[in-house]
Amino acid sequence: MGLNGLTIAVPRGALMRDTLDLLDTVGFDTAEVRANDRRLLFGEAGIVTMRPSDVPTYVEAGAADLGITGKDVLAEQVEREVYELADLGYGRCVMVFATVAGDDPAAEALRRLGVMRVATKYPRIAARYFERTGRQAEIVEVKGSVELAPLTGLVEGIVDLTATGTTLRENGLVIREEIWASTARLIANPVAHKLKATEIDGLLARIRDAA
Amino acid sequence: MIDPIPSGTRDVLPDEMRELRAITEKVRAVFDARGYGEVATPALEYESTLARGDAAAAEPAYRLFDEQGNVLVLRSDMTIPIARVVATRYASSAPPLRFCYFAHAYRSVRPSRGQAREMLQAGIELVGAPGPEGTVEALELLCEVLDAVGLDGYRVGLGDASLYPALLDAVGVPEGARPALLHELVTRDFVGLEREVEALRLGEEASAALLRTPQLRGDASVLDVDGPATDVVGRLRALHERLTPRAGERVIFDLGLSRSLGYYTGAIFEVYDSAVGVPLGGGGRYDDLLGRFGRELPAAGWALNVERLHIALVGEGARGEQWA
Repeated sequence: MGLNGLTIAVPRGALMRDTLDLLDTVGFDTAEVRANDRRLLFGEAGIVTMRPSDVPTYVEAGAADLGITGKDVLAEQVEREVYELADLGYGRCVMVFATVAGDDPAAEALRRLGVMRVATKYPRIAARYFERTGRQAEIVEVKGSVELAPLTGLVEGIVDLTATGTTLRENGLVIREEIWASTARLIANPVAHKLKATEIDGLLARIRDAA
Repeated sequence: MIDPIPSGTRDVLPDEMRELRAITEKVRAVFDARGYGEVATPALEYESTLARGDAAAAEPAYRLFDEQGNVLVLRSDMTIPIARVVATRYASSAPPLRFCYFAHAYRSVRPSRGQAREMLQAGIELVGAPGPEGTVEALELLCEVLDAVGLDGYRVGLGDASLYPALLDAVGVPEGARPALLHELVTRDFVGLEREVEALRLGEEASAALLRTPQLRGDASVLDVDGPATDVVGRLRALHERLTPRAGERVIFDLGLSRSLGYYTGAIFEVYDSAVGVPLGGGGRYDDLLGRFGRELPAAGWALNVERLHIALVGEGARGEQWA
């Protein structure tokens, strides 16, 4: 059983190290998690690890009481019925609109064709952004390396998350617009938020103290 | 050849039906004993009728035209149809009126989410009984029903739909800024709520009240909160004092509780069980709704999702098999 009976979904990948460090400081035992790279479920510690984009799914269904994932994931899955309890501050990255360097091919497409094609892993965020800014965009959803799409002529631009901009630069892309910044968030299942109120509020207070 | 059925709908076969029936029979026995008369209303209503009840209910997922071109919709809950029944068929009956129902309601679903388009609800409407007594009766009946079906670990979240609006009044949040705050509250985004509240620069005390109050939940000690909106909190305290110990020990006071339907005016509740990650049902007071149909009567009601109740009962039986 985890800390005070709480179970938490931890994101694998870029957010994992900072997340485990935070969980250490607030009283979870993460030694097992750090020692086993392939195991996914750590019942003793109350920790289960998964892709960041799966965290809201597990937390919404109550398969974990709490979860940590990026705001980018939450913004893309905006209809998930989870509580967003705290901005954890780490895992900072920026959602950007980028195109190949030089003359802006997206602006050119908008002017001459009336619509630009944009590749992204975040179709809803991208669609909302271009609607809000009054531009017609045809959103192409891709699952893998988004940077490839404008280089091959599939699209004129991309909407993607970047921490340092290195991958964009290395592929000859430049940031045209910053959409918003994302950081790691603590989320909670709505039922656990009521039934384990004391435990969750206690954890939240320790997280605030640690920050 | 396999003919599929729409996602979010399902066939119920005898094994499951037997278990569902066992649940609804126990619920019906409690309704009978407490004098709640069962009603059925059409699954199809005129769109204009549902729109009069609630704007959200007027955006139903399933809309069709009849032979004369009228717009018909599949009902998304039973409260508005029963409000219509009371105003049209019981126009001069002396209150209070007690109704119960077992009926399907229809909602839209999002793809790949395992949501139900069609759900079986068991519920009551208590019309003409003002709060706090009417609310207490509805809450007590809810607990009696959940006890009768044999659910062990359930809790009832109890809040008030008018609490946050009263709070916004009390600290003087301008009209134009309110939708943004209420949006963060309804979407359960406390990070966003903090951002919106800080942007208003209201001063420390007012900001703290707007941020902290909706996060208060727990036993009756959360009602000791001082600061604005004390009369709404006082109403919750009055409810608490009138509840029997059996219902009282099930209640979790939740000053941040909000329901998606807009017709609630006072106390609202939601049913939780630790075996299921989503609420099993809910309800509340809707003192203005009947008036929109021509009969000014205060009312309260609730509905339980029978399929979720079944899942909770099965889940409670399987305790000890959870992963942590």
